[in-house]
Parts: sequence; C-alpha cells; structure tokens
Amino acid sequence: MTSVEMFGIKFKNPVITASGTFTRDYEDFFPLSKLGGICTKGLTLNEKEGNSGVRIHETTGGLLNSIGLQNPGVDRYISKELPHMEKYDTVIIANVGGSTMEEYVRTVEKLNNTNIHIIELNISCPNVKEGGMAFGIKSDIAFKVVSEVKKVCKKPLIVKLSPNAENILDMAYKCCEAGADGLSLVNTFSGMAIDIKNRKPVFDNTIAGLSGPCIKPIALRMVYEVSRIVNVPIIGIGGIVDYKDALEYIMAGALAVQVGSGNFMKPDICLDIINGIEEFMEKENIKSLEEIRGIARRY
Amino acid sequence: MKPKQCNGKVLSNIKILDNIYEMKLTGDFQGNPGQFYMLRSWDKEPFLSRPLSICNIEGNLLTFLYEVKGKGTDIFSKLREGNVLNLLGPLGTGFPLNNEGKIGVVAGGIGIAPMIYLCKSLKNDIDFYGGFREKPFYMDTIGKNVNKLYISTDSGKEGYNGFITDIFNPEEYSVVYTCGPMPMMSKVKNICEEKNVPLYISMEKRMACGVGACLGCSIKTTSGIRRVCKDGPVFRGEEIIFHD
Ligand SMILES: Cc1cc2nc3c(=O)[nH]c(=O)nc-3n(C[C@H](O)[C@H](O)[C@H](O)COP(=O)(O)OP(=O)(O)OC[C@H]3O[C@@H](n4cnc5c(N)ncnc54)[C@H](O)[C@@H]3O)c2cc1C
Ligand SMILES: Cc1cc2nc3c(=O)[nH]c(=O)nc-3n(C[C@H](O)[C@H](O)[C@H](O)COP(=O)(O)O)c2cc1C
Ligand code: FES
Repeated sequence: MTSVEMFGIKFKNPVITASGTFTRDYEDFFPLSKLGGICTKGLTLNEKEGNSGVRIHETTGGLLNSIGLQNPGVDRYISKELPHMEKYDTVIIANVGGSTMEEYVRTVEKLNNTNIHIIELNISCPNVKEGGMAFGIKSDIAFKVVSEVKKVCKKPLIVKLSPNAENILDMAYKCCEAGADGLSLVNTFSGMAIDIKNRKPVFDNTIAGLSGPCIKPIALRMVYEVSRIVNVPIIGIGGIVDYKDALEYIMAGALAVQVGSGNFMKPDICLDIINGIEEFMEKENIKSLEEIRGIARRY
Repeated sequence: MKPKQCNGKVLSNIKILDNIYEMKLTGDFQGNPGQFYMLRSWDKEPFLSRPLSICNIEGNLLTFLYEVKGKGTDIFSKLREGNVLNLLGPLGTGFPLNNEGKIGVVAGGIGIAPMIYLCKSLKNDIDFYGGFREKPFYMDTIGKNVNKLYISTDSGKEGYNGFITDIFNPEEYSVVYTCGPMPMMSKVKNICEEKNVPLYISMEKRMACGVGACLGCSIKTTSGIRRVCKDGPVFRGEEIIFHD
C-alpha cells in the first residue's frame, strides 16, 4: 500500500534515511530492511578526515553541522561497508560528493560496478576551482557537473539540490536539462552561530549547515515549487520528524522523502513515520500514495 | 550488550550542591562503567538528547550525577518523582576492568560521575584523586569504595589548595583512569607518560546521534579519526591528542 516506484526500482515505502545521518549503527534499534531506502554518507574519491573543532551545534528546532564530509573514501566504502549494506532488503542510494568535476566523475565511475541502486549527487560541496563556492549555487556550474557525471553514470542519477542556490527553480530546471533522472531537495541551509563568551564563531569554518524542523516550511515550499516545473521524481527532504511532515511533502509533489536529523531524536523515528503513513492511509481510505501525491499543487 | 530504547521513571532528583544534582531512575538498565545514556524528558524541543554517564547501576536503579549547564540539564533538574525520561543506551565503550595491581583514578568536578561506578566495579586497590573548584561532593560514596582519597579545591576550602595534578604521582599504579576538564586530563596524560604508567581517558564532545552515525563527535587520535560516542568515550591515553 505504501510502496512507491522510481526508475523501475520498487521502494517498500517512501521513507529513506538522509545522507550523513544514518548508518548501520542503527541496526541495534530496528530492522533496517523495514526502510524504503538508505542513503549513504557523502562519498568522495579519497578519504576525508572532516572538519576540526565543534561539529554540532543545537539551535531552536534543529541543529547546525560542520562535519566536513568525513568518509573513508569510495574504494574503502565499496570494499568494507557496502557488503554489509547489501544484506538489507532495501534500496541503497550512494551519495557522492566532490571538490572538482573530475572527482565527481571518477567517484561515480567506481560506483557503477557495484550493487548500489541509485546515485545521489551532492552538489552542495565547495568547488575548489571556483574559489570554494558550492557547485549547487550557480545553475550553469551545476549544469556542467551534472552533464559530465551523466555521461559516465550507469545508475539512475538523482541530483540533490542545495537550498542556497541562487534560484532554486532555475537550478532544478538546469539539472534536469543536464540529464538528472530525479531530484532530491533540500540539503542544509547555510547558517552560523557565535560564541558570545569567546566572541568568535562557534565553528572553525564559520559557516555550517542548518537542518531539522526549523527548515521544514522553507524546504516544503521549495519542493512544492520545483515539483510544479519538472517532471522527474522528487524526493522531499527537510525537517521531517513525523508522518504528518512526510505526507505534507508527498502532497506537495514528492514521490518519496528522506529523514535526516530526525534520526537523532529517536533512533527508530523512520519506523514511526512508516507506520504513521500506513495508518493515515487506512483511516483516509487511500489505496496508493499516487492518489495524494502533489494533490496540494492544485491550489 | 546491545543498546536499546527504554524509559526511566524518576525515583528521586536532588540537589547535592549548588548546581550539581543526583537523579535516580527505576527501570530495566544495564551498562558498564564509562558507558553513557542519551536522555530526553521532552518531545521535540530541545532538539537533541543529552549524554550522561552511568554513575551507578544497582538492580533496577540507575543513578546519574549531573551539573546544570544549559537548557537540557536545567529541564532535568526540574523533574520530579514519577516523571518519565526516554533513554537510549548503554552507549559507547567503557573502561577496561581487567587490570591487575593498584589503580589510580583522577577525576575533576562533574568528571567524577562515571568514576563512581568504576570504583564500585573494580576489585583492585584504588587511590582516588578528586579535584574541585569550590567544594568537593559525593566523596562519602567514593570513600567507601577506595583505599585512599586525595582531595583538592581551587578555593582552598577543603583538601589541598590547588590543582589535583599537583599532588598526583602515578608511580605505584599499574594503570590510571581519568575523567574531567581537558586541561586536567592533559596534565594527567603528561605525568603518566613521564612515569610510563598506562592511562585511560574518558573524552567529551558534543553529540547528536550518540550511536556512531552522524560523525559529530569525531576526534583526531594517534590511531586515526575516532567517534567519542562509539569508539569511546574511553580511549587509551596514548591515542588522545590534547591541543594545549
Ligand atoms: C559521553 C559523555 C558523558 C557525559 N556525562 C556527564 C555526566 O555524567 N554528568 C554531567 O553533568 N555531564 C555529563 N556530560 C556533559 C553533558 O552531556 C553536558 O553538560 C550537557 O549535554 C549539557 O546540556 P545542556 O542542555 O544543559 O547545555 P546546552 O549548552 O544548552 O547544550 C547545548 C548542546 O551542546 C551539548 N553540550 C553542551 N555542553 C556539553 C559538554 N560538556 N559535553 C557534551 N555536550 C555538550 C548539549 O548536549 C546540547 O546538544 C557528558 C558528556 C558526554 C559526551
Ligand atoms: C550531521 C549531518 C551530516 C550530513 N551529511 C550529508 C552528506 O554527507 N551529504 C549530503 O548530501 N547531505 C548531508 N546532510 C544533509 C542531510 O542529508 C539533509 O539533506 C538535511 O539534513 C536536511 O534534512 P533534515 O532536516 O531531515 O536533517 C547531513 C546532515 C546532517 C545533519
Ligand atoms: S554523536 Fe553521532 S557519531 Fe558520535
């Protein structure tokens, strides 16, 4: 009843864990095969140690993070971690990061020959050749990187949009033009915090990424607007902590959702959301999520 | 021992000094010294749960010793008998308990919290060094489980007037355990290294998930990047790099 389909791949339900917020460590708390899908931590060509200093700072209704894409590198992920992930009967999405166009392309090439189902391109990463501005800010730069990746990518390609894009609609449109098979949105919002005792920014990098319930209304608006102008599948992300949040995204036009920071509140929050959606559908006599997907766009 | 979600019912929650509280919960708890729980007694705000070390477990009783620092611990301090908290744990890797010989324990301030359960669980002879700012607390409980008790206060109100590390000599210990402020632990590490005594350090870092997923609590160690919540909070002394 709750199942959805994207690129011919069946998801048991529309609930996927968001990149960087969920690992196998959660298997102590519930069977991960219950999930619609699992999205990996952002993978880069080489190992990354991540950022120094404070990495997490709680805010009202969410948190700022400055993890800095800490990951073992794509090769080690494929040899050491992926074999464990493959045990779960769920869709595995590899999230790919990079600091140059070539890095994205080479990382995706390595993932082509694995059992990963889908690739999600994280274009919120700083572009070292363009002075550190994220690939996901200017749509012409995003267009280039998505086009290059699309040429080599043998898996369905989802592009994960940054809400910090100059123009989210233009960005969504250009990514689809460049060949994106689907879009997921949003990544974290640029934010910061200042330690007033020490009179300096909390984070070594000054700017960090905001996530959690505080971003939901803005993220939802973006999903709603984007879903009106593109016709590829959309995954809604941002501040989902219960089944009502998830259904809002679906009614705004999302085919599936990702839950990120919510996992930190309660380790099996995704299970609650899945059950909540199912109960809602039963109560409201909804046979398939297709009946309500994008239903709010009529207004 | 696998961590799980569970509820704890407040049996008592008392102020033992200024902003230091002791909270006893009833429920079904497990855990080793040095392990911790993520706690929340609220729904969606504050957003994150708060990590607290196991201070003691006896039967169905779990004790936390905590200092009120901000929003979360302030809410904890207002809990009354019968209130219910959501707990996630036991989490992390605790202290190794299989060392022979005499043991030194060095704790500073609220860092004594995990050391209480540690001292109760160790069969060895223990010398306890407790450093405090104003006044010592919980020393009666500690006193019952150790051979010798060394106390220092910055204020000079009790015990040695100065830092606990001034009077700490590890020479007769086969192993030393420490938990407390970073500058104190850094000094303990230097002293132990000088005398070639093995050391275990309990680290602290801000946490989001507490289970090893978010990488928010990563620290750089001599054995690579490690997560305080899963690979720690207890690390071998030689692994920790202090920036002072
Ligand atoms: C493994 C571990 C065990 C701990 N055991 C104890 C204990 O037994 N007793 C005790 O009093 N304290 C303990 N602490 C510290 C305690 O978690 C913090 O004091 C507490 O989280 C502060 O929350 P707050 O809402 O009062 O402060 P706020 O400043 O409002 O908290 C804001 C955010 O920062 C985090 N934070 C703030 N200070 C710390 C800190 N020192 N360490 C980690 N996170 C922090 C909070 O968890 C929260 O996410 C432990 C910390 C860790 C990592
Ligand atoms: C700790 C943390 C780490 C994250 N790491 C990544 C990452 O590696 N790649 C990525 O595309 N997004 C990453 N994100 C963004 C999330 O996947 C998600 O897009 C964002 O947090 C918004 O959703 P939420 O409000 O449900 O958390 C991370 C978020 C958090 C909180
Ligand atoms: S707190 Fe999330 S990995 Fe340690």
